Amino acid sequence: MSLVEEVQPRRLPVGSVGHHATGWWAMLCGIVTEGALFGYLLFSYYYSAMQPHTELWPPELPHLSLALPNTIVLLVSSGAIWFGERGAKRGNASEELLGTAAAIILGIIFVTVQFFEWHNKPFSIQSSAYGSLYFTITGFHMAHVMVGLLILLAILIWCWRGYFGPHRHAYVSIAAIYWHFIDIVWLAVFFTIYVTPYLTGRS
Amino acid sequence: MTEIEYDRVPKVAEASGRPELSARLRSFWESKPGLYGWLATVDHKTLGIRYIVTAFVFLGLGGIEALIMRIQLAQPNEHVLTPEEYNQLFTMHGITMILWYALPILTGFSVYLQPLLLGCRDMALPRLNAFTYWVFLFSGIFLYTSFLIGAAPDAGWFNYVPLASIEQDPGPNIDFYAMANIFLGISTTLGGVNFIVTILRFRAPGMSINRLPIMSWGTLTISVASVLSIPAVSLAFFLLWMDRHFGTHFFDPATGGQPLLWQHLFWLWGHPWVYIIVLPALSMVSQALPVCCRRPLVGYSLVALATVLTMVLGFGVWLHHMFATGLPTMALAFFSAVSLVIAIPSAVSLFAWLATIWTGRPDFTTAFYFFAGFIIVFVIGGVSGFMTASVPVDWQLTDTYFVVAHIHYVLIGWNLFAVLGALYHWFPKMSGRMLDETLGKISFWFVFIGFNVGFFPMHISGLLGMPRRIYTYSPEMGWSTLNLITSIGSFVLAIGLLITLVNVVRSLRVGRIAGPNPWDADTLEWSTSSPPPPYNFAVIPTVASRSPLWEARLGEPQRSQPERGFVLDHGKETLGTTMLDAVPDVIVKMPEDSLVPLLLSLALAALFTTMMLEAWWWLAASAIAILVITVAWLWPRQSLGEIEGSTP
Repeated sequence: MSLVEEVQPRRLPVGSVGHHATGWWAMLCGIVTEGALFGYLLFSYYYSAMQPHTELWPPELPHLSLALPNTIVLLVSSGAIWFGERGAKRGNASEELLGTAAAIILGIIFVTVQFFEWHNKPFSIQSSAYGSLYFTITGFHMAHVMVGLLILLAILIWCWRGYFGPHRHAYVSIAAIYWHFIDIVWLAVFFTIYVTPYLTGRS
Repeated sequence: MTEIEYDRVPKVAEASGRPELSARLRSFWESKPGLYGWLATVDHKTLGIRYIVTAFVFLGLGGIEALIMRIQLAQPNEHVLTPEEYNQLFTMHGITMILWYALPILTGFSVYLQPLLLGCRDMALPRLNAFTYWVFLFSGIFLYTSFLIGAAPDAGWFNYVPLASIEQDPGPNIDFYAMANIFLGISTTLGGVNFIVTILRFRAPGMSINRLPIMSWGTLTISVASVLSIPAVSLAFFLLWMDRHFGTHFFDPATGGQPLLWQHLFWLWGHPWVYIIVLPALSMVSQALPVCCRRPLVGYSLVALATVLTMVLGFGVWLHHMFATGLPTMALAFFSAVSLVIAIPSAVSLFAWLATIWTGRPDFTTAFYFFAGFIIVFVIGGVSGFMTASVPVDWQLTDTYFVVAHIHYVLIGWNLFAVLGALYHWFPKMSGRMLDETLGKISFWFVFIGFNVGFFPMHISGLLGMPRRIYTYSPEMGWSTLNLITSIGSFVLAIGLLITLVNVVRSLRVGRIAGPNPWDADTLEWSTSSPPPPYNFAVIPTVASRSPLWEARLGEPQRSQPERGFVLDHGKETLGTTMLDAVPDVIVKMPEDSLVPLLLSLALAALFTTMMLEAWWWLAASAIAILVITVAWLWPRQSLGEIEGSTP
């Protein structure tokens, strides 16, 4: 590309616009660092699991009766926020509000079920290294879901006030990508804690 | 607000001879005078200088700690310090230098220089920039309050369990380190994010990725590495804190925990960190040394690739800190091989610098002296690293003074020499005045001789078997003379640094006026006044090569236009460009000065303090304060172009 073309004035968007927004790029970087955090958490789990143990690892095979449906709830919430984001881009306020509100409700269901799941565990964070890792990893994820819910709540209020629309909806996209990230990370956590014990063929 | 502006065709104009444009931009960009402006400023130039000054204060603190230790070790069987005091001093010395000096000083230069090198008006996220500075400052103050209650961290900077466990170290010492490290990690991670977005999105039009100033390659590379590696150490310290206070068992072998997990998590961060705190220094040399040599850097592409490759390999060598822990032979062989391979990209940079000097016409300025000294110690530090990368040698030398010598050649040699050279090179841009060359050269000789006299004998005391971290030794060991020489050298080094400090203070008042481009350099920061105006560039420059101010001299047509480009004057604005080609992409509305970053970092400081004190209600109050301030920070605003038209 020659220089003359580069300085040629042309119409440029002004402000915080979709994927041109600085905040969007910052959030992508934030997701990378948060993803690394979960990578190190799961590294700690696998590293500890691979060492020789005197006790069973995990103490009992994890039950999927709550965790599997809950995983699906979280995945559906990703669909909901995608729908809300699409509404914002199209300037359709009711779709925008509906999608965001649905994602929040599904997120709250996930948190509630997860509390029951914690309550049903026969071990605690203090009983063994496995218990410490189980509650810390799922706890870190829960903390991220809670932060995500606060973000979505803020988005809902701002949507309600009519802040976003076809020209400016970067905030919604930024919140949505964070929420998708939380869901994808849960898949890694779920696979590690709930699925791998079934794959290792313990007797 | 009248009509909402969703898009615009920016005007293109000349910068010169338009006082009304300058005045207009100044009204948008200049911080208010007085206390409010001082606390609320988001100007990257002010913040960069603050980073540099604060990091040098930490260098002074860490240096004083080192000198006290050197008095203790100058003679056998000294009693200047008790063993417990010695433990606290060597731990705080290491933590201070590695975490609160070595990266923050480079961050300071980058915060100041990157927007100027790239031809934009501020960092991508100016309020975040202020926030990361305040968090850096408060985390350091937090760490140093441990001295006030006589309970500074005392288990070494890598803080191995079980020594750092609650059973072995029941006081608050380790908790100070844990909390302060996580606290600082917030600053470093978010600072990395800010650099990544700035360098990828805020370059002048035409500054495609292959025209990126070489210094920006260093900053970009280590920013990505920070973002990827810091979570490991923050997590390690969080897990340790849980083990110490909440009865978890991550590192407790009795219940399936793994003490070595600490070492893995620590060095998964720790080794990348070693490169994080030297690569920007190396890239400052690559940026400034060619200016001293009056020619562009030899092998730009190779040096850029070597920078990235060193960092990538740096993620695959953490196990070489753990050769003596009983790892499988296969792992030893692999990690030893990767550690040896790192010598290759380092050598690429080395030969590029040598070729630049060889084929250039060097001006023997103080900056050049420091860069040349840097190259010499770079080689010595590299060779001793290459030696310890070999497993049998490492088994012999680990935990001896040989390793202490190596780490100081790397961290002082690769970091401090480059930083001092950079200070002499860019001080005129920051202050508008030149540093004194005579004092500078005296300072160089004291630093260079003191450093080598101080640290080279440590190799020998290490080979003679002197273990690191001992608070004294008996005369029969045969280490007395070497230790005395080391102590003398360290004081000579300290005098050299004081001379530069005197030079800085003196030159701020009586230094020769620098003018915009005293070194006749080639990059955009030298096209604006010294010090630059608050808005950096009256029009956004246009770039067509790696040396935009040298094109005519290099026998090319002058195509870059530092003085002609987009006029962005509808408020506080700068230009966003595309990631690879740097084609204009968006007009970015920049936030004005704000107290919110300061308030948020104070709330964070309160959070970490209440965690230390285990004052849970206050902790909850701090968390609520953080939430409220964050919402206030992020509340969408019309002035930043974040919301649609109809609402105010």
